[in-house]
Amino acid sequence: MGRIAVVLNLLSMVVLIFAVTMLLPLAVSFALADGAERAYDVAIVITALTGGLGWFATRGASRELQLRDGFLLVVFTWTTLPAFATLPLLGYLPQLSFTDAYFETMSGLTTTGSTVLSGLDRLPPSINLWRCQLIWLGGMGIIVLAVAILPLLGVGGSQLFKAETPGPMKDTKLTPRITETAKGLWLVYFSISVACVLAYRWAGMSWLDAVMHAFSTMGLGGFSSHDASFGYWNSTRVEAVAIAFMLIAGINFGTHFLAWRSRSLKPYRTDPEAFVFVAILVLSCFGIAWYLLGNRVYPDYWTALRFASFNVISIATTTGFANADFNLWPVFAPLWMLFLCSFCTCAGSTGGGMKMIRAQILFKQILRELLRILHPRLYSPVKIAGQPVENKVVFSVLSFVLVYASSIILMTLLLAASGLDAVTAFSAVVVTINNTGPGLNLVGPATNFEVLNDFQTWVCTFSMLLGRLELMTLLVVMTPAFWRK
Amino acid sequence: MKIVILGAGQVGASVAESLVSEQNDITVVDVDPARLRILQDRLDLRTVTGSASHPSVLAAAGIEDADLLIAVTQQDETNLVACKIAARLFNVPRRIARVRATDYLNDEKVLGPDGFEVDLMICPEQVLTDYIVKLVEFPEALQVLDFADGKVSLVAVRAYQGGPLVGHPIRELRQHIPNIDTRIVAIFRKDTAVVPDGDTVIEVGDEVFCLASAQNIRRVMIELRRMDKPVKRVMIAGGGNIGQRLSQALAADYSVRVIDHNKRRCELLAATLEGVLVLNGDATDEELLEEENVAEMDLFVAVTNDDENNIMSSLLAKRMGARRVVSLINRRSYVDLVQGAQIDVAISPAQATIGRLLAHVRRGDIVAVHSLRRGAAEALEAVVHGDRESCRVTGRRIEEIELPPGASIGAIVRGDEVLMAHHDTQILAEDHVIVFVADKKTLPKVERLFQVGARFL
Repeated sequence: MGRIAVVLNLLSMVVLIFAVTMLLPLAVSFALADGAERAYDVAIVITALTGGLGWFATRGASRELQLRDGFLLVVFTWTTLPAFATLPLLGYLPQLSFTDAYFETMSGLTTTGSTVLSGLDRLPPSINLWRCQLIWLGGMGIIVLAVAILPLLGVGGSQLFKAETPGPMKDTKLTPRITETAKGLWLVYFSISVACVLAYRWAGMSWLDAVMHAFSTMGLGGFSSHDASFGYWNSTRVEAVAIAFMLIAGINFGTHFLAWRSRSLKPYRTDPEAFVFVAILVLSCFGIAWYLLGNRVYPDYWTALRFASFNVISIATTTGFANADFNLWPVFAPLWMLFLCSFCTCAGSTGGGMKMIRAQILFKQILRELLRILHPRLYSPVKIAGQPVENKVVFSVLSFVLVYASSIILMTLLLAASGLDAVTAFSAVVVTINNTGPGLNLVGPATNFEVLNDFQTWVCTFSMLLGRLELMTLLVVMTPAFWRK
Repeated sequence: MKIVILGAGQVGASVAESLVSEQNDITVVDVDPARLRILQDRLDLRTVTGSASHPSVLAAAGIEDADLLIAVTQQDETNLVACKIAARLFNVPRRIARVRATDYLNDEKVLGPDGFEVDLMICPEQVLTDYIVKLVEFPEALQVLDFADGKVSLVAVRAYQGGPLVGHPIRELRQHIPNIDTRIVAIFRKDTAVVPDGDTVIEVGDEVFCLASAQNIRRVMIELRRMDKPVKRVMIAGGGNIGQRLSQALAADYSVRVIDHNKRRCELLAATLEGVLVLNGDATDEELLEEENVAEMDLFVAVTNDDENNIMSSLLAKRMGARRVVSLINRRSYVDLVQGAQIDVAISPAQATIGRLLAHVRRGDIVAVHSLRRGAAEALEAVVHGDRESCRVTGRRIEEIELPPGASIGAIVRGDEVLMAHHDTQILAEDHVIVFVADKKTLPKVERLFQVGARFL
């Protein structure tokens, strides 16, 4: 019981802090008198009380945190916070079911951006702010989780950057202590977010919209305060700002941190992922634009390029904004975008998917196997940034990809069994496990996840959580061995 | 001269050997008494057993009145410390150290007067690598040596049937390639030196040494043999120090495969080398060579640290169809056994590497000494100083200089200009003169010639 108690103790503290973050939408609600004030009152009281009581009840449990406690804490945090986050939504929208509300807040905290709500423009600003704020908080959690905590637990993208392994984060705990690392990363995250707010404001958004969309962009989530998403502004300038900041948020924040601290761009050059990430996206934008032009979706190349770039980058960075209904494009284009979103973002960014570094290792491993057929006694390590990657890391990447693929297949089958068509089922699983946002067909950008029944919603919710916690973190907690003394 | 040599390994032993024959007092220090005993049995020198960097051991080796310290142990650090101690505690005027790690060379402060006080740094592995790289660039040559920072090259070529000059007197060379200034400085015919003049006829099988500026080497070689296709594919047996450096140097321009039998070594090689196929296995394993298409190789280089392995794998590779094989062979008797027969070029590491070191030991201002034909002959680059009165070379025409038999002046480098030597060329102060010495015994005479004030000694 000791383990549970110490984890609950920490969890209670996290919940308490989470209650504090509800003050922001509350303040906005009061300032604008948007009619949602009461929803927060109740929510804050319940959240704070639960956190406080939990902390009080377990205050005696003070023990060094162990590896297993870490897994448990991460999983508990990502399952309980969405529950508390539903309180303001349920308070304001009594007709909303808990299932849908939990999906919505999970979608926020996992920076997915799939929504079950429609009529967003008519919702009070504070509720929309709360939704977007969840993404920003989730993004913040993810960065620290990925860069500072998961490596300690031995899973996750950035464990690939550990000690003897390569690249930008060479000695890679960025600072000697985790708390210092976390502070540094948050500072970078916060500064870029502020820049993003200002840029959106400059591009023509209202202050409130600018803040909400900056939250949504930095977390690579995709919630918007408008049903039409970025189509609402129909402005290339707003879209350009969004593209720039989505790309920034798709790069490892550890690299941003190093660049910021050394005041140079060199860390980006030595980052093995950043260049490939940007290069693939740029090529895809031009390619898809040609494809759309060729299929006469748009009348001229510039229009095609505008819509192609925004939607390709939005989906590939796992954000999920849209300024066109790409569901109506010829099917290759959206499929290519879904393909990109499954691997493009860098480890240590706020994006989802299996991460660029794993894709690179996987690709190089395939090349190595092919070369080995020609040269049976060849010795060739998989190298990232000129440094060899240990075989056990390659193995862990292979098993990750295997679990990733089988999860997609299994959940697609589940959704199909529950009555969805193949494209909807497949795309819903892909966009949720990659924490992207809108899918295709029934769950496409013009519609949303409202159409799913409760069972299907829970499958998608699980899929988001699974993807966000990089599969293994969640799955290991589900093994019997984990609970054995 | 009193010389202390630290380390009785391959380099130490061959340095000792070549210096003993030049009449110096030599003391060799090593931790391994067995190695010292072998050396002492063979050569006339003194040995001291102990750790080469300890002051007491150095003192026992008589370092107080040594003129030169040559630190060539296996460890860079031992060599560096020994140099520092020799300079600080014992005031040894000149110190030479073998340094392998390039890290020490990045900042000259490390080895300079404020650092470890090393006068001359040598790295045998690097010299050998450069040697072999030259052979890859000029696959027809037996040896290519650079003088005066690469302005002049000395190239050794075997004359083959079909070369336009083969079977003709040397003076026709001028008619064949009128625009190219070159000079044949020596010919070895069946292991004896022939001093060439205009009437000498080049025969098939002659080993011909020509001097030419670097860009003309290829043109000159065409006169003596038909040219091969340029090298594209190289297989290297042995991924040790030399194998690694060699792969690194060749990786960019050639397709390189390197074979090593040690798994750990393979891991390291694969980690550090980019664009090289690292293969784990035995270089004498016929199956492996077959698998890796040795028949398609333009060059097979055996550089393991084992003579027998090098010879066997080279022979095997040659028989399986490799176009040209080069092998590193330490034992001189082996070299004579195999060179020219099935193995195209046998390189004797000791002779190839100690040239620079020997230059430092010589009298006169000698910039470079290269051993040719595995030590039988030498080519040296000397700088001329003084004037007509104090030096026996300065201000004179070449025909006036009294060179010992077998020695000849090949070329003169004046500033950036390269002059091929003719009988009436006048030598000025500060010229770099490249001298070919066919018989090593006459070397001291040549050195004395270039010493300023020698006639007053």
